[in-house]
Amino acid sequence: MASTNKDPVIVILQLNGGNDYFNTVIPYNDPLYVDNRPYIRYPLEDIIKVDDEMGFMPNMGPIKQLYDQGNVAVIHGIGYANSPRSHFRSMDIWHTCEPDKIGLEGWAGRVARDLDPNKDNVLTAVHFGHGLPRALVVPGVPVAAIADLPTYGLLTGIGDQEQRAKALDLFSRMYSPAVGSGLVTDYLRSTGMDALEGADIVKVAPEMYSSNVEYPNSSIAGHLRDIAQVYLADLGTRIFYTQHAQFDTHSGEMGVHPVLWRDVSQAVGAFFEDLHEHGRGDNVIMYLFSEFGRRVRDNGSGTDHGAAGAAFVIGDPVKGGFYGEYPSRKSEDLEQGDLVPNYDFRGAYSTIAEDWLGLDSKPIVNGSFEKMGFL
Amino acid sequence: MTEKDDLALMAHLMRRAGFSATRKELEKRVAKGYEATVEELLNPPADDPTGKAAPDTALTRYQPGTLLPGGMPSPGQARWMFNMVNSQTPLAEKMSLFWHHVFATGNAKVDHTHELLDQIDMFRKYGMGNYRELLLKVATNPAMIFWLDNNENHRDAVNENWGRELLELFSMGVDNYTEIDVRESSRAFTGWTMSPKIPRLPYGRFPWYFEYREEDHDDTEKTFLGETGNLNGEDIIDIVVKQPATSRFICRHLYNFFVADEVQVPAWTIEPARDEEALKTMVTAFEESGYDVRSVLRTMFNSQFFKDARFSKMKSPAEVVAGTLRLVGDWQFPRPGIKDIGQQPGYMGQTILDPPSVEGWYTGKEWINSGSLMARINFVADRVANTSLPGVKSIIAGMKAEGVTTPEQLVAASLDHMGYLELADETKEQLMEHVRGNGNLDWSDEAAAGTRIGEILAMVGATTEYQFG
Repeated sequence: MASTNKDPVIVILQLNGGNDYFNTVIPYNDPLYVDNRPYIRYPLEDIIKVDDEMGFMPNMGPIKQLYDQGNVAVIHGIGYANSPRSHFRSMDIWHTCEPDKIGLEGWAGRVARDLDPNKDNVLTAVHFGHGLPRALVVPGVPVAAIADLPTYGLLTGIGDQEQRAKALDLFSRMYSPAVGSGLVTDYLRSTGMDALEGADIVKVAPEMYSSNVEYPNSSIAGHLRDIAQVYLADLGTRIFYTQHAQFDTHSGEMGVHPVLWRDVSQAVGAFFEDLHEHGRGDNVIMYLFSEFGRRVRDNGSGTDHGAAGAAFVIGDPVKGGFYGEYPSRKSEDLEQGDLVPNYDFRGAYSTIAEDWLGLDSKPIVNGSFEKMGFL
Repeated sequence: MTEKDDLALMAHLMRRAGFSATRKELEKRVAKGYEATVEELLNPPADDPTGKAAPDTALTRYQPGTLLPGGMPSPGQARWMFNMVNSQTPLAEKMSLFWHHVFATGNAKVDHTHELLDQIDMFRKYGMGNYRELLLKVATNPAMIFWLDNNENHRDAVNENWGRELLELFSMGVDNYTEIDVRESSRAFTGWTMSPKIPRLPYGRFPWYFEYREEDHDDTEKTFLGETGNLNGEDIIDIVVKQPATSRFICRHLYNFFVADEVQVPAWTIEPARDEEALKTMVTAFEESGYDVRSVLRTMFNSQFFKDARFSKMKSPAEVVAGTLRLVGDWQFPRPGIKDIGQQPGYMGQTILDPPSVEGWYTGKEWINSGSLMARINFVADRVANTSLPGVKSIIAGMKAEGVTTPEQLVAASLDHMGYLELADETKEQLMEHVRGNGNLDWSDEAAAGTRIGEILAMVGATTEYQFG
């Protein structure tokens, strides 16, 4: 772990829909790539070679650049046994660390609880998007959800600024603690004040921010810029969470997949460039994952739900390189036509929880799992 | 009672037995009478018992994608929310939400939104009928069978998931049976399965059907809660239904959903009921009617404890969204963007058709955290302050007709239009002071008057009091 004088921070980027691992981190010398992908493959000459075996898909240039700086760890074959190949169930498993039963708590929510047990900061964990992914939901743990940073806040529909200021003033007076109003109402009042406080604190982030980095015009770039602003404003947020979709490329994959990765790579590249410009890259890591990989053989227009995937850990403190083994592509080694996961995702969470955030990982991931040395 | 008292009581009934009502609807219902309204809600017309005909016709014409959502949760959620907003039989619709809380089945595992909508429709049809019949429908519902693994419950390899939850969450509650009873119940339900799941690729999702496979059913002797025989699943349901613990558990669920917030379900074996007398009244009605849900609802809605229970229950997110949309008259017709209304409850912590687990949602104050409270307040404020919506227009027109002018009149009328809301003295004083600061309402500029009313309605929607229903 790199030495930092600030509290370590994690940015989680969830790629929804099941990213095509075989078409993202490509074993380009393996004839089985071309054999299995008569229609859905990148031209070998366009693949960005990383070493003699592995390459990144052609639009991952900005991530390759970070890789060359030694700041990208690629985790091969990540997943869990007996993948149900259902988006919802699978994402649920990644969120709750409960492959065998329905889990109630999210792992990242538990991280937030353990980082800030006294709930000192209403912004310890922030989701950039609508609502909350189950990964962040733990009863009693406050998590803010910011769909759009510039318009975040209470009663934002009141257009007139003077009226809105008056309305917020009234709100804070109506929600101030009152004697004898009952337990539930007391709770409502303090929660309302938390919401107001969170919005009030966050408001300074865009005002304080200035940067020469130009983020591309995509939804994921917008979220990552919002994250950079809140992070650089030093509001004490430790967990940033956001999502990008739709990686569910059953059809038209060669039209969609390159655009998705262009947007993700450019946004990630801009984000780290921004941190570096501000000299603040030393205590942030980013974790990218998707709920599963896709079928080894294409279906003519796209690829169907699979099992093993790849996760990426990016940032200055990361020890770059490839980790684990790319699962065998030989037909006799596949399970229902899919790459077999050979690394449990809970091991990656454990590594992050212990070696980055300094927490006991067992209660977070429900057990002990093999860690990896990417930090 | 004065006319206002009648309207306030009717507003209470319609918040609980439906998804709120506009002033016009309340006036019509008051004219009909309280008990007559209860009867009407309890007995939907025979030609459209689920009240879905009109909403579904509209969806078929304008948003057919919501009718067969297959693997896509959001169109399915939108369809259900559209039904909540437009149902002509609001209590039947409300019962589908009630049973979704109890028999909580989630898309995270089922991954077949259409099957979940079929389950909801089953609740609409049978949700006010006999509880034994309903349990039997649930036990043979394919989404439930898959959700609780009863398709993996075989004669030679028992899976206890359904057999246990039937006792723990769907009838008696914990501590009223032994682990042996769980085992025996599960054995009795072996062979209760679904048609083979056809892989959904390449042709998409197929409908699921209940199937009873005699060769996979364990037909040997079992002893369940003291009764011995070659029990089958239906026998288990018969035994479960007549347990006193079951009547209490189901009636307590009804009380918690319709009357006032209870402690969370897992505490029910430890904590006494919020109102033991009321619960006893409901249990008696349930048992004397042979476990007829309609009978217990009738007793409950007509009882004094129900009428006295105004604003003693936190609104669930689905109630916030559907109730607000009904009030402002939005989404009476489908249009593009309809997916948003189905997703809104999720932003407030209640993803409909996808409860966090088979235990359903924790209710009451558990609905509230800083993110969900902000989502609730902003959702309501954005709509009630939107003076282009028909429901808001008619509120403004109503205030004009009533001659609302002074700050006192303005606050009183706003509270009435927002469901005859009662504010704590200190909240009301703050609101009054705010409104007084802008003086009397000036009707000479009607647009400005409307905007001001909309902002006051938004502030009423932002109060702690408004979070209760």
